[in-house]
Amino acid sequence: MKYIDEFRDPAKAKKLVEEIHKLASGMFPSTPLRERTSPVAERSRSQRSRREHTRSQPLQIMEFCGGHTHTLFKYGIESMLPDTIEMVHGPGCPVCVLPMARVDDCVAIAEQPGVIFTTFGDAMRVPGTRKSLLQAKADGCDVRMVYSPMDALAIARKNPDREVVFFALGFETTMPSTALTLLQAHREGLKNFSLFCNHITTPATMRAILTDPDLRLDGFLAPGHVSMVIGAQPYDFVTRDYHKPLVITGFEPLDILQALWMLVKQIAEGRCEVENQYARIVPQAGNTAGLNAIHEVYETREHSEFRGLGNIGDAGIQIREAYAAYDAEKKFGIPFDAAPFDSAQGAGSLKCAEVLRGVMKPWDCPAFGKECNPQMPLGALMVSPEGSCAAYYAYGKLAKRS
Amino acid sequence: MNLSGTITLAHGSGGRAMHQLVDNLIRQTFTNPLLEEGEDQARIPLAGLVAQGDRLAFTTDSYVVTPLEFPGGNIGTLAINGTVNDLAVGGATPLYLSCGFIIEEGLSLETFARILQAMKLAADEAGVQIVTGDTKVVQRGGADKLFINTAGVGVIPAGFNPSAGRAQPGDVVIVNGWLGDHGAAILNARGDLALDADIETDCAPLNRLVDAMFAACPDIHCLRDATRGGLATVLNEFAERSGVDFMLKEEHLPIRTPVRGMCEILGLDPLYLANEGKLVAVVPLTAAQAVLTAMKRIPAGRDACIIGEVVEGDGHVVLQTAFGGERIVDMLPGEQLPRIC
Repeated sequence: MKYIDEFRDPAKAKKLVEEIHKLASGMFPSTPLRERTSPVAERSRSQRSRREHTRSQPLQIMEFCGGHTHTLFKYGIESMLPDTIEMVHGPGCPVCVLPMARVDDCVAIAEQPGVIFTTFGDAMRVPGTRKSLLQAKADGCDVRMVYSPMDALAIARKNPDREVVFFALGFETTMPSTALTLLQAHREGLKNFSLFCNHITTPATMRAILTDPDLRLDGFLAPGHVSMVIGAQPYDFVTRDYHKPLVITGFEPLDILQALWMLVKQIAEGRCEVENQYARIVPQAGNTAGLNAIHEVYETREHSEFRGLGNIGDAGIQIREAYAAYDAEKKFGIPFDAAPFDSAQGAGSLKCAEVLRGVMKPWDCPAFGKECNPQMPLGALMVSPEGSCAAYYAYGKLAKRS
Repeated sequence: MNLSGTITLAHGSGGRAMHQLVDNLIRQTFTNPLLEEGEDQARIPLAGLVAQGDRLAFTTDSYVVTPLEFPGGNIGTLAINGTVNDLAVGGATPLYLSCGFIIEEGLSLETFARILQAMKLAADEAGVQIVTGDTKVVQRGGADKLFINTAGVGVIPAGFNPSAGRAQPGDVVIVNGWLGDHGAAILNARGDLALDADIETDCAPLNRLVDAMFAACPDIHCLRDATRGGLATVLNEFAERSGVDFMLKEEHLPIRTPVRGMCEILGLDPLYLANEGKLVAVVPLTAAQAVLTAMKRIPAGRDACIIGEVVEGDGHVVLQTAFGGERIVDMLPGEQLPRIC
């Protein structure tokens, strides 16, 4: 496929991988260039070496975005990297940071008579304390999967006697589309359409990670699609205040390898900058039309609880008072309270928070692969294919092989 | 029979309307001597069966697809080919099918007639006869337009014994062509993607292809049609039951560009998309070329190719990505859901 296959060229990948190995071996002279073996052998070796050489810990690089995590696993990229580079899978998976209480709210709205509850597909399976939206649908609620908020608007037009709610979820990537949908509903004077707003902003979430005392990160791969909307400038505080280099990165495997090379090069050269690997998509100033729509419709919440991150202050987003008529929270009287999500999880053994913040690997969680697995996910990280636990679960099976 | 109007509860009541529907439409479309006997059961002479093999194969499947009609076929073609293929991949020569309809009142007679025609054509192409059946009509909301159940019997020739548990290290994995077409065609036909893709179902009978493969290599180790859950699910079953690993090479997987494109947009994996005319065979390396050559002579096997091999292990399917990495291709926990971003 044109403009896709070019970004999956194995020959170019090999070259980038060699360059990354060269840079890494320059920084960790004692570690020889590693020959390619199975990912499992490499994984267990990297765990060993982490324990043995606490003085020369591997570089920890967080790919913030779940889309990047997905690419890493889909193409087996981690198996190509040197031991001295460790990927930490960040919280940039909107489904994964969704508190169970919010899913309960969704179910409660969907259970109201006359409601058509619309959502992106991957929110369907996220467990609430009572049930998931998939279960609510099976129990008779009218829950419909849509591919765009505009599809939900079309459903609202076709069903004037029903209340149509769209579950507005995600980082800045999806915010312009939900904001523009709301504005369109407003223009048309649709009275039966509302958004259940659970958006969250990227820079504030990153700040929450950076202020975590347990965290030891050496740099970030920043999300390409979010940056396409917000531009590069909002990341300046990461380099300025926290001295972590950052590279805005695309989603094809060559994008990731090139961005890793850029990031490791920054670290090797002692630089700390916001660089843009995804310049073909991400303009420095972002998408003005999208940003205008966001600012028109949304404002920050005073308090928002996110799964695994706790209260991260100004990261949560709500609909402005001027558009209250389209706010499902107000329409259905949903108290957006800070329900303590950890107790809602039920199983006290879950370590979702530690995994999300990158201070613990999924397999260090006592519930991982046991009571929490892709068939019966307890934590949200096990639900989405972008969630690091689900990815590790599939990947970790390799370990049993060797 | 006049095909204007719709099917109503009266067509399932046992009275005159039902007789008209069954005799003048269904029986006339499917016509064959066993059906014409008009008894409550088909009476199949044993002698003809015994002459063809040493075991009877018996299978059933129900068809509930939405929409009923889609590019390249409809629920009727699926209902015949699906059951034919379930017999065929067991090595059986498919012979006789039963057919049960559960119709939601309001289905247009014209649509129903078109689906019956498609079933007749598919049955003729596969060389099977529909010899017994049943029709029920349920109230609106009691079913989704039309459900079809077909059961089938066939005879397995002596010496043919493919099984999910027989894959051995060194064997090679063969598929008979493009993967994921049916799943992609159905997703596209539902229309809510608003994608302009030209994808047809691959729905086709596989019995003649299996005959040719058996003639080329009587010792085919594993054979399945890759329907729901796609190639990935079949190979996981083989891997688990045989206690071996499968190594697939991504660059050898035959996936059409529009199918790949659709999967890229929706965040789906074509390895899990359904097929309705694709089989997966695990054959000894020594027989691989002979099997491939034999397959390519049959239309349903024209695009046959080797996609991987069996290695020692304990039940995993591993994909060597074209990019140079490796990943596990596990069974899906549930339905594949599109991703947000």
